[in-house]
Amino acid sequence: MSERTITVKVLARVEGEGALHIRMRGDDVEIAEFRIFEPPRFFEGLMRGRQASEAPDITSRICGICPVAYISSASQAVEQAYGIEISPEIAALRRLMYCGEWIQSHVLHAAMLHAPDFLGLHDIIAMSEVEPDLVRQALRLKKLGNSLMEVVGGRAVHPVNTRVGGFFKAPPVAEIAALIPELLWGIDAARELALRFSAFEFPPDAGAYTFVALVHPEVYPIETGRIASSTGLDIPVEAFHEHFLEEQVERSTALHGRMRDGRAYLVGPLARYALNRERLTPSARETAEACGLGAVERNPFRSILVRMVEVQYACEEALRLARAYVPPDPPAVTAPVREGTGQGCTEAPRGLCHHRYQIDADGRILDATIVPPTSQNQPQIEADLLRVVRQSRDLDDAALQWRCEQTIRNYDPCISCATHFLTLTVDRD
Amino acid sequence: MTDRTLHIGLGNPMRRDDGVGPWLAGRLAEGGLRAREWPGDGSGLIDLFAAEPHIVLIDATRSGASPGTVHRLDAVRTLIPRPLFHNSTHEFGLAEAVEVARRLGQLPDSLIVLGIEGADFTFGAGLSPAVQGAAQRLKAELLGPTATR
Repeated sequence: MSERTITVKVLARVEGEGALHIRMRGDDVEIAEFRIFEPPRFFEGLMRGRQASEAPDITSRICGICPVAYISSASQAVEQAYGIEISPEIAALRRLMYCGEWIQSHVLHAAMLHAPDFLGLHDIIAMSEVEPDLVRQALRLKKLGNSLMEVVGGRAVHPVNTRVGGFFKAPPVAEIAALIPELLWGIDAARELALRFSAFEFPPDAGAYTFVALVHPEVYPIETGRIASSTGLDIPVEAFHEHFLEEQVERSTALHGRMRDGRAYLVGPLARYALNRERLTPSARETAEACGLGAVERNPFRSILVRMVEVQYACEEALRLARAYVPPDPPAVTAPVREGTGQGCTEAPRGLCHHRYQIDADGRILDATIVPPTSQNQPQIEADLLRVVRQSRDLDDAALQWRCEQTIRNYDPCISCATHFLTLTVDRD
Repeated sequence: MTDRTLHIGLGNPMRRDDGVGPWLAGRLAEGGLRAREWPGDGSGLIDLFAAEPHIVLIDATRSGASPGTVHRLDAVRTLIPRPLFHNSTHEFGLAEAVEVARRLGQLPDSLIVLGIEGADFTFGAGLSPAVQGAAQRLKAELLGPTATR
């Protein structure tokens, strides 16, 4: 019986370090493993003993791409523990900043790291030679996202203007208003890129996913909602750990998330879209239809289209929030520290980001549990790999390796976030 | 270099020697030079290239050379080898920024890249001795009386 092994020691165009190992015996795929080997970051451990008010700033350092997700989930958790109800103006400003993070993170991944896969190009450098206008447009869109984060959060990478209960300072009306012309441009630019990407040739594929995402009765979920699944689960954020768990696997420094009944599940753009499509703006929904996206999209290779639809939505939502902006006064709601447990959950660009803190009477963290999106998706990434390798057995090793790497990049995996977690080996007999 | 030169230190100070760029940028700013840290991905640097005509980029390298080895590249004249700078966020780091900018015709008038070979990229603060030594020598050179501001 013939054996084939494909190994990728360090995967390109993903954040952090990870590896892939595939072993085949004849037509049988024996192993399809996605390994994460960034050193575990021990953030949860170093949080113990720190003031709960520091949780948003410390956890925002887990990732330079999605700090707002960490700030928002951590802030919500501490606010819940302290009984803080933020004002609608603070909530709106947080959502505006989060739109900036969605725009810059999605555009970086979709247009600069994922698009080369479909153009048969090695990377963004090669893409800038053959598609310079596309790259310029993507850079300008990403800059728009960064500008939103800078204006609201004080800076784009690790925002400094945020705190438990809100913000240190409300941005001036004129600075928010100055974003409007570029947001108007951004809506059209995101739609153009989405339509452009919809002409890519996508490998045929369909995953039998259990989608899990926040849901909200009025808006597409970003920073608020209940946790729901495509199999009928509908629970408050506080019930997350009753239904989901994380388990250790030897080959990876990231935990693997599963539902308590053992099933893998999917978080991120495909899940959000499947559960919340009706909450998109009519124009973003129209872009989705024009891209050929149905009510539910199960082909993970087409997640790039959902990301661009979400960029359009984020620009539209930011425009709405910017036009309605009223500086929160006070910029933050404060409350005395008290003993308790708080939980927070938001939609990072890659999916659910859930935080839970147990806090003592002096405001110190006794226990912290952070569940980032990539660790939740890891079992599903391996299930996708297994399916894709079985469908792609006839490809030669080089083509199979490309397809496998693409399968992983479908997830925009943020390995730094997940480690607490790529290199590809295909092993064929 | 001129007194309008902007020094930019790339890297993550919480990944040991990856923090050499921000460390040196901090010391150069204290010494009166125009200098700043760059903690984000490289794509934003391209906008900065359009705004600043004279730039020095400082980053850690991982080429297999001895720790503390300083690589000097004139990026306007020389292509940046990607494997030299493999510490970037989401694979859009210094080399990608410079090479994309070159293809888009957006390089500044002068662009010097200083790469300092790191030894330890694990989680935590602080530079390893050889990297600290190299950074100190570069600081003295860039701030020193012989340096042209």
